[in-house]
Amino acid sequence: MRVTKDLVAASATPIVLGILAEGESYGYALLRRIGELSGGELDWTEGFLYPLLHRLERLGHVEASWQAVAGERRRKYYRITKQGRAELAEQQRQWQTVVGALKQVWPQFIPLEGTA
Amino acid sequence: MTVMDGKDELEDQFVQWREYVRRRPELAESDADELEDHLRDSVDELVTLGLSRDEAFLVAVKRMGGLDDLSREFAREHSERLWKQLMFTGEPGDPVKKNRDLYAMLACATGAAVSIKVPALFGLSLDDIATSLSLFALPWLAGFLLWRRRPAPWVYGVLVALFALGAVVANAYPAGDDSQSIGLIITHLPAALWLVLGLAYVSDDLRSSRRRMDFIRFTGEWFVYLVLMMLGGGVLIAFLYGIFDAIGLHADALIEDWVVPCGIVAAAVVGGWLVEVKQGVIENIAPVLTRLFTPLFTVTLLAYLVVIGWNGRGIEVDRSTLVMFDLLLAVVLGLLLYSLSARDPRAPRGPFDVMQLALVISALLIDALVLYTMAGRIAEYGTTPNNVTAIGQNIVLLVNLAWSAWLLWGFVRRRSGFAAIERWQTLYLPVYAVWFWTVVLILPLVFGFR
Repeated sequence: MRVTKDLVAASATPIVLGILAEGESYGYALLRRIGELSGGELDWTEGFLYPLLHRLERLGHVEASWQAVAGERRRKYYRITKQGRAELAEQQRQWQTVVGALKQVWPQFIPLEGTA
Repeated sequence: MTVMDGKDELEDQFVQWREYVRRRPELAESDADELEDHLRDSVDELVTLGLSRDEAFLVAVKRMGGLDDLSREFAREHSERLWKQLMFTGEPGDPVKKNRDLYAMLACATGAAVSIKVPALFGLSLDDIATSLSLFALPWLAGFLLWRRRPAPWVYGVLVALFALGAVVANAYPAGDDSQSIGLIITHLPAALWLVLGLAYVSDDLRSSRRRMDFIRFTGEWFVYLVLMMLGGGVLIAFLYGIFDAIGLHADALIEDWVVPCGIVAAAVVGGWLVEVKQGVIENIAPVLTRLFTPLFTVTLLAYLVVIGWNGRGIEVDRSTLVMFDLLLAVVLGLLLYSLSARDPRAPRGPFDVMQLALVISALLIDALVLYTMAGRIAEYGTTPNNVTAIGQNIVLLVNLAWSAWLLWGFVRRRSGFAAIERWQTLYLPVYAVWFWTVVLILPLVFGFR
């Protein structure tokens, strides 16, 4: 199964902000976490993730700093800001509306193949 | 680290990879750091899965995808960087070289600005040196290009000789101030010297057709920059005049004798520098202009032909109209050249190619009418330096455009490739050089400096 481009684009911001709300992180770890969360279905490219992070940084939703955690390389860590949390809350509300509506029109999951 | 050869090799590969990344103007230093970190994580993970370090590196790089795609995505988010590159690109990752380019340019521009004031020391006004104005700018620009190219020693010799020849023509030819010959030298010597500059431009690879195409691009971009700088200069001068006028001082003499001449020759060098450093960073301007104006010129010329055909009106040709039609051909050629220079040679044929063909053919038809009438005139009144030049120019352009039309026709009909058109245009460059030098060197002699 492939998640369509539009859906990936729409869900990217809330996913990244959501992961960063768990704690600060860096690019590679973010990609791995996203893979984990989606069971490997969401396969973002670097060319997608880093520009997105830079955009969020520019908008002020996240802030970044180069840090060296003991015993590891210096890395660019991203952490969510207060404004980012507000944005996340707003996104959550919107997604809940969408998911709620979808749940009602799809009371049971429609069988994926061979609809009668 | 001699024990761990594998690790060393891997470091080498990282260094090389970084070099590639740094060539991308879209990717800033910190992006490269971040991506390298990512790559290292990826490699580490693959190694724990059992791959060797080399294999892991290859797989990790492959996963990251092509740099083209990557930089495109980065460019979308960071479009402002592309403009900054205008000031700060040089050889990637080599700030020393960037600065040296800047200093070389400043030295050449200053040299040009100073040199144009030298004749004033000997009591010569700008009007007195009208024939040699280009000699105060172009050799300096050529010097800057040579500084960047470092060609074989003989190239320097040839360039010095040609510029010296230009100086001889400009100053030693005994053509009267009102003669046609002097007018021809004033208008054609800059063009002749510009092609000498072209030699400096392609000096690192004289036979390469791509390099010559680069020179054609360079010419267009340089011209656009020069015009832009002149506009800026105009604004500066307006303020200069205005604010000094407000305190009762008239800056006319300062502006006329210093700001304008020094500014123009320096701008010629700065323009060349700008084109050199920004190469490939942003979409070139000249091709964009040709995209805009090719359809408009095509419609205009077709309309003109229709009108001529409709009321059977012949073109009234005298020398000035012939010059105008020469210029028209030159513009059509320019439109053709700059759309060629920006075209991806592998792109398929499109409606734009057909439109270009229509443009060239209509220009050729109009020109055939002009030449037909002009031939009669020469038979009637005899030859002068001006009409020989005008006719010659016309023939030089006509030959180029006729063959271009033929090649374009073959291209649109899918008979020949695009490369043939490009090769024809680059092969033709020396013909212009020969022609311009004939006009400035030989025609005045033939006509006894009339």
